[in-house]
Amino acid sequence: MAGLVSVLIDGIVYSSYLFIIAVGLTLIYGVMKILNMAHGSLYALGAYVAATLVGAWFNGGLNPYGSFALLALSAIAVGLVAGPLIERGLLRFMYGKDEIVLLLVTYSVFLILEDVITLIWGVESYSAYQPYGLLGNIDLGGLPYTVYDALLVIVALLVGVALTLVLTRTRHGKLLLAVIHDREVSAAMGINVGRVYFVTFTLGTMLAALGGALIAPKVSVVPAMGVEVIVLAFAVVVIGGLGSLPGAALGAVIVGLVRSAAVHYWPEVELFSIYLVMALVLIARPRGLFSTAEARKI
Amino acid sequence: MVRHTLVMRALLAAGLALALTPVSAQDKAAPEKPIKIGIVTFLSGAAAGPFGVPARNGAEVIVEAINAGKVPAPYAGIGLAGAPIEVSFVDEAGGTTKQVNEFRNLVQRDNVDAVVGYISSGDCLAVAPVAEELKRLTIFFDCGTPRIFEDASYKYLFRTGATATIDNTAAALYVMEMKPQLKTVAAINQNYAWGQDSWNDFEAAIKVLKPDVKIGTSQMPKLLAGQYGAEISALLTSDADVVHSSFWGGDAEALILQGAPRGLFKKSTVVMTAGEPTLVRLGTQVPEGTVIGARGPFNVFAPDTELNKWFRKVYEERYAVAPSYPAYKMAQALLGLKAAFDKAQAANGGKRPNQDQVIAAFENLTFEGPGGPVAMSLGKGHQAVQGTAYGTVKHEGGKVTVTNVKRYPASRITPPDGVKSEEWIKSGFKTAK
Repeated sequence: MAGLVSVLIDGIVYSSYLFIIAVGLTLIYGVMKILNMAHGSLYALGAYVAATLVGAWFNGGLNPYGSFALLALSAIAVGLVAGPLIERGLLRFMYGKDEIVLLLVTYSVFLILEDVITLIWGVESYSAYQPYGLLGNIDLGGLPYTVYDALLVIVALLVGVALTLVLTRTRHGKLLLAVIHDREVSAAMGINVGRVYFVTFTLGTMLAALGGALIAPKVSVVPAMGVEVIVLAFAVVVIGGLGSLPGAALGAVIVGLVRSAAVHYWPEVELFSIYLVMALVLIARPRGLFSTAEARKI
Repeated sequence: MVRHTLVMRALLAAGLALALTPVSAQDKAAPEKPIKIGIVTFLSGAAAGPFGVPARNGAEVIVEAINAGKVPAPYAGIGLAGAPIEVSFVDEAGGTTKQVNEFRNLVQRDNVDAVVGYISSGDCLAVAPVAEELKRLTIFFDCGTPRIFEDASYKYLFRTGATATIDNTAAALYVMEMKPQLKTVAAINQNYAWGQDSWNDFEAAIKVLKPDVKIGTSQMPKLLAGQYGAEISALLTSDADVVHSSFWGGDAEALILQGAPRGLFKKSTVVMTAGEPTLVRLGTQVPEGTVIGARGPFNVFAPDTELNKWFRKVYEERYAVAPSYPAYKMAQALLGLKAAFDKAQAANGGKRPNQDQVIAAFENLTFEGPGGPVAMSLGKGHQAVQGTAYGTVKHEGGKVTVTNVKRYPASRITPPDGVKSEEWIKSGFKTAK
C-alpha cells in the first residue's frame, strides 16, 4: 500500500494547482457575478507566454534562475493586457444583463481566444521545461519530489493569504466586499463600481495566467489545454461555493486529496472521483460548502 | 476546409511541359481530368501538432512529387494513372458526428474520387459504414483499432497502416528480450479506447510470455490531464521493472517532463509504444533507456532504401524537421493509392480505371512505402500488415537516437486473417515464430 505521506503530498501539490486556477474564477464570480468561461483560455495564454519567454531566456544563455521571475512576469503581462481589453472592450457593455447572457459572452471570448492562440502560436506544442528541474529534488516519504512542486504550494499559500489580507485589511478590499454584498447600494454610497469591476477582472485574469505560467514548465503547452482546466476549476468552485475564497481553498484541497487517494489506491475510479465528490457535496449543500442563499461572500 | 494549391502547381507544370512538347505528342496526350482526394487529418486541437500537421506535411510533399512524377522507383509516371491529384484538406477535430458530416460533404457535395484520412479510431469506426453506404473509395491511414476489419468487411474501405495490435505484441516481445528476468510491470495509459485497448493487449501479451509477471499498478488518467504527479508517485512506489505507456502528444511529453526529474525513467524501463514523435519534439529531453515505438518501421526505424532516403530529404528540406510516423503513414497511404491506380490502369489497357477497377487492384496489393513493404493481406485484402521495430533511446553528441533496435516481421506480431487480435494474443500468439 502506498504511503499515506505520498497521498498527502501529491494531493497538496495538486490542490495548490487547483486553487491557483480556481481562485481567479471565484473572485470574478463573487464580485461581478460572471461565470467566466474565458478563464481557461486566459490560463492557456499565460502558459504560452511563459513558455515563449522562458524558451527565449534559455536560448539566450541568461541566468537560469531568472526564468522564475519570467513566469511571474508572464502572468502580470497577460493580466494587464488581456484583462482590461476584455473588461473595457466587451464586458462593461454587458453589465446588468442576465447571468446566462454573460456566460455566453465569456464563452464566445473563450472561443475567440482559442483561435487567437492558434493564430499566434500555431498548433505545435511548446515547453518551458528548464525551471521544473532547476531546483533539484527533495525526498519526502521515501519518494523524490521536485522543489518546484514545493514552490507551487508556497505560491498557492501566498496567493490565498495575500487575497485574504487585501480583502479584509485594506480599504480597497473593503470596498470590494461592499460591492459583493450590494452593487446598487455601493454605487449609491459613492463607490466607483466600474473601477472595482475593472480591477477585479484584471486581477482574476492575472491569477488565471499565473496558473498557466506556473504549470508551463511541467507540461507540454498545447492547444485546448484551457478546456480541461475550466472543467476542473468549475468543479472546485462549485464544491466550495461560487464566489467564496475559503470555499475555493477547501474545494481545491478536497478535490486534490480525493484524486490523489484514488490514483494511489483505486486508479480505475480516478476519472470519476472528482465528480463523485462534487455530486455528494451538491446533494448535501446545493450551493456549495461555503455559500448560503442569503449572504454572498468572497 | 482548405482548398489546396498543389493542383495549380501541377497544372502549371503540366502546362509548361505541354507548351514545350511537340505538336504531334500533344495530339496524343490530352490533359487528364484531376483526381480529387479529400484528406482528413487533425489541423486543430491537441492532436494537430504531434499527428495531424506532420500527416498534412507528408501529404503535401508526396502529392506534389506524385503530380510532378518525381517519386523514385518502384513508382513511375505522373499522377495517379496519369491524372494529377487535386487535394482538399479537412480538419479532423470536432468529434465523430462532425466527421461523418464532413465525409458526406466530401463525397456528395465536393464529389471527391477518394478520401484519405483519420487518426482517431473513433472517427474511423464512425466513418467506415458511411464510406460503404456512399460507395466511395476510402483509405484510413493511421487509426489503430483492429475492430474495423475484425468486426466487419468492406468493399470501398482500405487501411494502409497496420493495426495497434502490432504495437503491443512487439513491445511485449522487446521487453522480454531486454529484460528476461522481468518481475513487475506497471502502466500509465489514457482513459479512453486507445489507452485501454493498448494496455489490455500489452498485459495479455506479456502474461503469455511471462505468466508469473506481477502487475504493479495500472494508471488510467484522463486524456489531456497534463499533470501526473500522483500517477508518477504510484508508479515509483510500484517498483516496476517496466512501465508501459501508450501516451501520445502533449500527454506523452508531459509524462517525460514530469517523470524524468523525479527519476521514474531511471527506476523503471518506460516503454512508450507511440513515443517516436517525442524524439522529434523533445530531443534529448527523452531520457536514455526509454523504449520507443513508432507504430511501424518509421522515422528512426525506417529501412535504408532509396524511397525512404528521398522522402526524408524532401520532407526535411521543406519543413526543417524529420518526418515522424504520421508523415510516413500518410505517405504510405498515398503511395498505396498510386500503386493501386497504376496497377488498375495497366490492367485496363493503359486507360484511366474506374473506381471498381482501382478497388480490385488495391485488394491484396503489395506495395512499397518509405517504411518498407506493405501487404494488404488482412480483412479480405483491405487491411495492411507490416512489421515494426522497437529501440532504446540513446543520446549521442547532443542528439537523440535509438540503440538496440529489434525488428519484428508482420507474421510474428499480427493475427492471421479472420482471427480477432484479442483472442489471438490471449491464445498465446499462435502464429508467433
